[in-house]
Amino acid sequence: MSSSARIPASGALRAVAESFPNTDVRLSVEQVSYAYSANPTQAPLFTLEATSFQARPGEIVAIVGPNACGKSTLLKLIAGALAPLSGRVLLNGFVTHALPPRERGQRIAMVQQESPLLFPSRAWEFVLQGRHPYSRKLRFESHDDVLIARNALAQVGAEHLSDRWMDQISGGEKQRVILARALTQQPLLLLLDVGAQVDLLETLRKLAAANRYTVVVVTHELNLAGQYADQVALFQKGKCLRVGPPSAVFQRELLEQVFQTPLTVELTSSGRPRVIVPSAK
Amino acid sequence: MRPLTLSRLLVHCAILGAILFAVVVVALKLGAVPVSLYGLVRDLIRVALGQASQLSSEHQLIVFNIRLPRIFLSIFVGASLSVAGASFQALLRNPLADPYVLGISSGASVGAILALIIEPHLALAPAVAALFTPVGAFLGAALTVTAVYFLGRREGQIDSSTLLLAGIISASFLSAIIQFFMATLSGGNYHGMAYWMMGELSTPQQPIVSWILRVGFFIAAGAIYTTAADLNLLLAGEKEAMHLGVDIRRVRIVVYIAASLLTGLAVSVSGAIGYVGLLVPHVMRILFGSDHRILLPTAAFGGAIALVIADTLARTVVSPSELPVGAVTAVAGAPLFLYLLRRRLA
Repeated sequence: MSSSARIPASGALRAVAESFPNTDVRLSVEQVSYAYSANPTQAPLFTLEATSFQARPGEIVAIVGPNACGKSTLLKLIAGALAPLSGRVLLNGFVTHALPPRERGQRIAMVQQESPLLFPSRAWEFVLQGRHPYSRKLRFESHDDVLIARNALAQVGAEHLSDRWMDQISGGEKQRVILARALTQQPLLLLLDVGAQVDLLETLRKLAAANRYTVVVVTHELNLAGQYADQVALFQKGKCLRVGPPSAVFQRELLEQVFQTPLTVELTSSGRPRVIVPSAK
Repeated sequence: MRPLTLSRLLVHCAILGAILFAVVVVALKLGAVPVSLYGLVRDLIRVALGQASQLSSEHQLIVFNIRLPRIFLSIFVGASLSVAGASFQALLRNPLADPYVLGISSGASVGAILALIIEPHLALAPAVAALFTPVGAFLGAALTVTAVYFLGRREGQIDSSTLLLAGIISASFLSAIIQFFMATLSGGNYHGMAYWMMGELSTPQQPIVSWILRVGFFIAAGAIYTTAADLNLLLAGEKEAMHLGVDIRRVRIVVYIAASLLTGLAVSVSGAIGYVGLLVPHVMRILFGSDHRILLPTAAFGGAIALVIADTLARTVVSPSELPVGAVTAVAGAPLFLYLLRRRLA
């Protein structure tokens, strides 16, 4: 599947070129912060403090931390679904929040816990919907769209689900179909906010390498992040404590303080850190 | 994988068009004055050949001046209600949404009655005056759907049961207002106010009103059709649709305005006919799937077919007397509504 053939951004969107001395960087999160408040006159209920990191094509970034630490909020900010309070998120030099919905859909794909469908549809119909950001009004799916959808289903190993109804497949199968729909968007950036499992991350690792996606995944499975991610961003209560390769972030004192539990960190034979929580055994 | 193609859409529409034509022929034949099928076909051919002057004057009057206009009215009212129902179901993410259940038709009735009350005091040109009632009905529909939408929200999200309750309560409140008008204005020339409570199609409309209905239907339904692919994505939720490049605000505004317009147009000529907008889209989904690019056109045909049949029943079953068509659609629609409700709760 080619991700190089893409429609150029409209002229109204100026690339912020000067901020890209390193052209290899695809995603650049720059001092992004956010605050939720029920009422503008009151103190915010939750704040995300300024966060920065960068990611290249083919890289997987894992956002880890305890519940309600701001992981999902950061993902929405990266996706451009929320406007940051300060700072900006750049994807190939474009501010993600400022992209028109269609352009955003061609560049950023989000995989999240799906709300139930209102009316049943088949898996292939669902996957074809990923072509929506490329379709013109009143036009039906082309032969190319069908090929792209088939290819996407094959890449996530879900070809056999093609003719099944979406409400009659298991949760894990559904997640693959949702991922396939994200692939048909032919995105530059793939964002995941789902319960991460081993096979999903293995698939992502392969896809990121093959299609040069930049992947950002939210998870609380430290060991999956340690094993598969190129970078880990560790969050606690809306504050990004550290960003870097897993071995640099997975320090015993730091993790013990964040997760409030005694643990040990050891290195596997592949040089990846592994976190062991003794009490869990 | 069998994606929707233009030819499949056209074939399905052609089949439904043929069914609609057959239903119209039968509806022209049936009635208090019997017309033979042979005579009807002969007359139709003569009209098609431009020899209308050769028709017998009795046939001319009954078939072409009374029954045919009424059937055209049924076609466009049925299609409007059905397309409006399908749109509200997708937009409000509620399979039980329909202009009647949500009180939108009652709101349109109140708007239309207010327009009828105000209009004689304004001394308008006849063309503007003819527009006055549909515009009043549209405003009534738009205001009601906005109110029901906000009343049906809970913690920023539309809640299915809250929305339905809000709609049903609004409908009953608005019906009370209509009752009030009926009681206080009965002396005036408000041609059979009972009309607004339970829809009927027997009141002859001025030609200009029929034209407003037809043109308005094509404009509003066309506007909704431009969002058909977006509505498909909305079935999975607004968050998901947004990430697939749907401009949710634009879709919401276009569909709210156009569906309110369809409801207003239908109500301004026929009163509040229930359940067409609920029942027909569900049947079409079972037959053709839930892709709005095929659902919206087939729902338009289906609504037309359903209402022509219902109105033919309304004027023939208790002949020479007549039932309001809203009673016929309610007899068929209310059990289906309950069935869908039970299945959802199960």
